[in-house]
Amino acid sequence: MSEEYSLEIVNPEKSFLSRDDVTEVVVPAYEGEIGILKDHISIISFLKPGIIKIFSKSGEDSYYVNDGIIEFKNNNLSILTSLILDLKDIDKEKLIEIKKSAEEELSKSEISDQEKYLLDQRIEVLKSIN
Amino acid sequence: MASLDDLKKRISSVKSTQKITKAMKMVAAAKLRRAQESAEKGRPYSEKMNNIILNLSNGISDIENAPKLLSGTGEDKVHLCVVMTSDRGLCGGFNTNIIKKAKIFFQKILDEGKTLKIITVGSKGYDQLKRVYGDNIIERISFKDSKNVNYFDADKVGKIVIEKFEKKEFDVCTIFYNQFKNVITQIPQEQQIIPLNTSEKAENSSEDNYEFEPEEDEILSNLLPKNISTQIFKAMLENSASEQGSRMSAMDNATRNAGEMVDKLTIEYNRSRQAAITKELIEIISGAESL
Repeated sequence: MSEEYSLEIVNPEKSFLSRDDVTEVVVPAYEGEIGILKDHISIISFLKPGIIKIFSKSGEDSYYVNDGIIEFKNNNLSILTSLILDLKDIDKEKLIEIKKSAEEELSKSEISDQEKYLLDQRIEVLKSIN
Repeated sequence: MASLDDLKKRISSVKSTQKITKAMKMVAAAKLRRAQESAEKGRPYSEKMNNIILNLSNGISDIENAPKLLSGTGEDKVHLCVVMTSDRGLCGGFNTNIIKKAKIFFQKILDEGKTLKIITVGSKGYDQLKRVYGDNIIERISFKDSKNVNYFDADKVGKIVIEKFEKKEFDVCTIFYNQFKNVITQIPQEQQIIPLNTSEKAENSSEDNYEFEPEEDEILSNLLPKNISTQIFKAMLENSASEQGSRMSAMDNATRNAGEMVDKLTIEYNRSRQAAITKELIEIISGAESL
């Protein structure tokens, strides 16, 4: 029995990644990390800024996401995200740019606690990458 | 009859216009390919998003307490219309078609005694609407500086719409844009985005019981604003592909018309030149005869 299932990552511009040989995906869900194996129960969840780890027979890949929604159903995992970066060939300048914009927004006074939490999270994750 | 010199000038001016329209057509064709590609690539995202929302909203048991973005405010007194047009002209009937569609809708709303508010995206729409509906336009947005359609621009529009909704400035929101079918055909569309039209059933919607994390309500209230931006982004992508397509065929026609005009003018030019030569010959011959 194969332990593999299919994964599709789409962002608004295009279908970012589509493969069907993943064995496990770890996503930074809103209330903590979730690892998804084959035959997981159908789930819909939110992502906070963080790292997506994709495990397959050929190895492990990591991506940074700003936000997102995941849907897992019938051994199909879909991840919708507005911003995703491959950590393998990451653009340092781009990272700094995102971090700066997050910090700028954080300095504004009229943001809600929830936004503040997400922005803090974003900055923290970005720091950990560098 | 125009003098030879005048004709010559006209021919050269038409020819240079033809050169410009030809160049614009080529540019539009190149841009069209890119716009079309990104419109097609953008589709999975909005489709998936739509599916998830439909699945979610089907699962919601308590309609009364559903987020307002989904169920609406319960009234439909104030309509907000987002009219999406291009920032540049010379693209045939592209803008006019959207405006025409929107105007019919506006009239219907006003006839029913409801309040109308308009947001224009793209400067051409504002130009065409300001005379009649100037007082109804509450916001005008233009993305002249962005080279390509990108999600962040769409997000900006989405945030404005949501902000206004939360301030209870309107009850129903409709967007107008051109859907790209092919180079010759673009279909003006009206699409209601608030409250969301959930009457259509989700594709392969099953009786699946999803596990939600966090709770359904929270997911929905987070997802719906995103969906607004996504729908607007989709509309912008379709619009930009349509704009380039429309411009391409308009410029193709213009080039062809200019060619015909050059042909006509050339014939006229040759005729009058021949007439002048004949006249001169007659003058010489009759002068010689009289001697």
